[in-house]
Amino acid sequence: MNFDDSPQEAAFRAEAKAWIAANAPKQYEEELRKASLGRVQLKGANILEVAKAWQKKKADAGWACLHWPKEYGGRGASPIERVIWQQEEGPFGRLSAMFIIGHGMCGPTMMAFAGEEQKRSYLPPLASGEKIWCQLFSEPAGGSDVAGLRTRAEKHGDEWVINGQKIWTSGAHYSDYGILLTRTDPTVPKHKGLTMFFLDMKSPGVEVRPIKQASGASDFNEVYFTDVRIPDSQRLGNVNDGWNVSLTTLMNERMSIGAGVATGFPELFDFCSSLMLEDGPAIENRAVRSKLANWAVKASGLKYTSMRAISALSKGERPGPENSIGKLVAGSMIQDVASYALDLQGAAGALNGPDDAEVAGKFQAMLLRAPGTRVEGGTDEIMRNIIAERVLGLPGDIRVDKDVPFNKIPTKGRA
Amino acid sequence: MNFDFSDEQKQMRDEARKFLAEQCPPKAVREVLDGKAPYDKALWKGLAEMGFLGVAIPEAFGGAGAGHLELCVIAEEMGRALAPVPFSSTVYLAAEAILIAGSEAQKQKWLPKIASGDAIGTLALFEGKGNPSPKAINVSANGGMLNGVKKPVADGAIADFAVVAARTGNSGRESDISLFIVDLKAGGVEVKPLTNIDPTRGQAEISFKDAKAEPLGAAGEGWSVITQVLDRAAVLMAFEQVGGADRALEMGRDYALDRIAFGRPIGSFQAVKHMLADMYVSATLARSNCYYGAWALSTNAGELPEAAAAARISATQAFQHCAKNNIQVHGGMGFTWEFDCHMYYRRANAVAVGLGSLSYWEDALIDRMRKKNAA
Repeated sequence: MNFDDSPQEAAFRAEAKAWIAANAPKQYEEELRKASLGRVQLKGANILEVAKAWQKKKADAGWACLHWPKEYGGRGASPIERVIWQQEEGPFGRLSAMFIIGHGMCGPTMMAFAGEEQKRSYLPPLASGEKIWCQLFSEPAGGSDVAGLRTRAEKHGDEWVINGQKIWTSGAHYSDYGILLTRTDPTVPKHKGLTMFFLDMKSPGVEVRPIKQASGASDFNEVYFTDVRIPDSQRLGNVNDGWNVSLTTLMNERMSIGAGVATGFPELFDFCSSLMLEDGPAIENRAVRSKLANWAVKASGLKYTSMRAISALSKGERPGPENSIGKLVAGSMIQDVASYALDLQGAAGALNGPDDAEVAGKFQAMLLRAPGTRVEGGTDEIMRNIIAERVLGLPGDIRVDKDVPFNKIPTKGRA
Repeated sequence: MNFDFSDEQKQMRDEARKFLAEQCPPKAVREVLDGKAPYDKALWKGLAEMGFLGVAIPEAFGGAGAGHLELCVIAEEMGRALAPVPFSSTVYLAAEAILIAGSEAQKQKWLPKIASGDAIGTLALFEGKGNPSPKAINVSANGGMLNGVKKPVADGAIADFAVVAARTGNSGRESDISLFIVDLKAGGVEVKPLTNIDPTRGQAEISFKDAKAEPLGAAGEGWSVITQVLDRAAVLMAFEQVGGADRALEMGRDYALDRIAFGRPIGSFQAVKHMLADMYVSATLARSNCYYGAWALSTNAGELPEAAAAARISATQAFQHCAKNNIQVHGGMGFTWEFDCHMYYRRANAVAVGLGSLSYWEDALIDRMRKKNAA
């Protein structure tokens, strides 16, 4: 049992470290390091531009999408090398946020289902960040129940005509392309009438409207489709086989094993170390210490769970199912941590003006953003289902709509 | 990076699991639970023959000379099987104290007997309610004689010897405490078994009246040794707890798959599935914290105090959580004497306080994290 790199891993790490030291946008390092949930901003710079420039620089030097084949803009690196890169990239990795969906989900789906020529033309600019992709799956009628989506695609000659609405599309407002899951046959059970496409987000009839979130910010969008035309050559997989195609996409929604999930704990520990309560420093208060200790072991438990997964990668094995707990644990933890940080301040905890709030309102921003983390990318409940079914082998939920034609499924709970 | 046990260590775990499945089925645990025997003597002998009692004891002292990683692996299996033997008292506490502080002669005298199963040892630390603290120690040592009362002492009623923490000064500092080895079969020692929530592991009160005591380690260094022993034992006990948590989770999962209610397996109801998923989460967090503790223990790293506290807290929570919800998944049957669920519940809650309470370790963890941050 050890934490040491193998000689090859050490050599790769040294190379990555040296390149990052020479090329990373150091002027933003401090701001990126301090960024926390609900707030990744750079003062006096457009983060999208900074991110694109960093991604392009990486791509030109062969450090983008490390696990992708070289011909599609990657490096053909091993999974462990990808993790080592993420560890070394550190805070600069936060600049990759807007590429995660394209690199983690759209790219792999294109790789599995697009034609060779399409792959060679679309994937390298996706890898280099010159083109940004989004994923158009969720709908008002289908969140956790993705297969309940209603956006229609109808065939007209060599084209498909799309009508409907998507929601919660991250980054649609700055995306160039998207992968789109549609309903092509409403007369068969819901999983059997879906088809996947990719499309140019600038196509006529595509309208992107930002959603004002409960936090007040706008990271997501609604996307409306009105008679949008997509050539059949941009279909991914067979007609009505879109569900299986989407499983490829979702299976590639890999937890970024090396980067670690945000729990808010390091921030809270620092805060409690400096905060003075009526009877002395918060960290010397018995009740505070008990809370901190409970979160400390969750944070370290997640850290070492991820180390176990990295070890499996290092040995060329597939990581076990342990890593599926990360998002579930971190999501509700960061919410509780933020709430507690406010509680420690008494009535002043409600203030979030940059001049009034402790730590410039970091915990208030975290608190307001946190409900979203427990919903996006699989709700806590869906994550528990996944653990129960795929890890523990418990039966799937009973699905009353499984064999019912989609257009016969009730659409209203209460008449 | 290889943050995992080696193939040889995993093989040892498989061997231990197989051995315990055969030699320590729930029926054997119940013999002790029902008071028919104070511990499972046949199993104790068997563990000695397998080399498990001396797995971390150097060969020079009659052990297998493997190491603490191997001991972690065995500990997990002992916890899984609820082995009703004085393993933790003898191996994690008494043997470790002697390994840390014992003279060559003391090691030669006791360690081979521990490895061969011929001597049961324990640590006599507590004196009534409260957590480990030099201030709480009133048993006194004067001229090689001990006086006072220790309770509870795990496995005290079956132990042959005890490592005893005693007061040798009154300066109000840690250096007032020294350690002694006491032959519990000798004169001046009175042992009284105490009932406790987990009868598969006995507790006792030990009274010393001018009992002959041999110093273990230098005078005045007792508390520093106790701290080291508790950290090591915390990691090893955490592996037992993780083993118990995993087994409780499996029992719950299996029952949820087999039990039909409302015309379907109860494991198809989300309320039950999610409860089991949460048990898996806490057991997984605990296991990962334990692995870090194992690494720190086996390398004697400076991180051991922090890693031990984290493993202890996480594993205590996981075992308690899994044991109580295992009963909940079983419903009414889980609350019968006949089903084994309560044996895990009893063990989980008894070991949760055995090395000091959760709040004690929480406090210790934060202290140790602060120390690290300050450094």
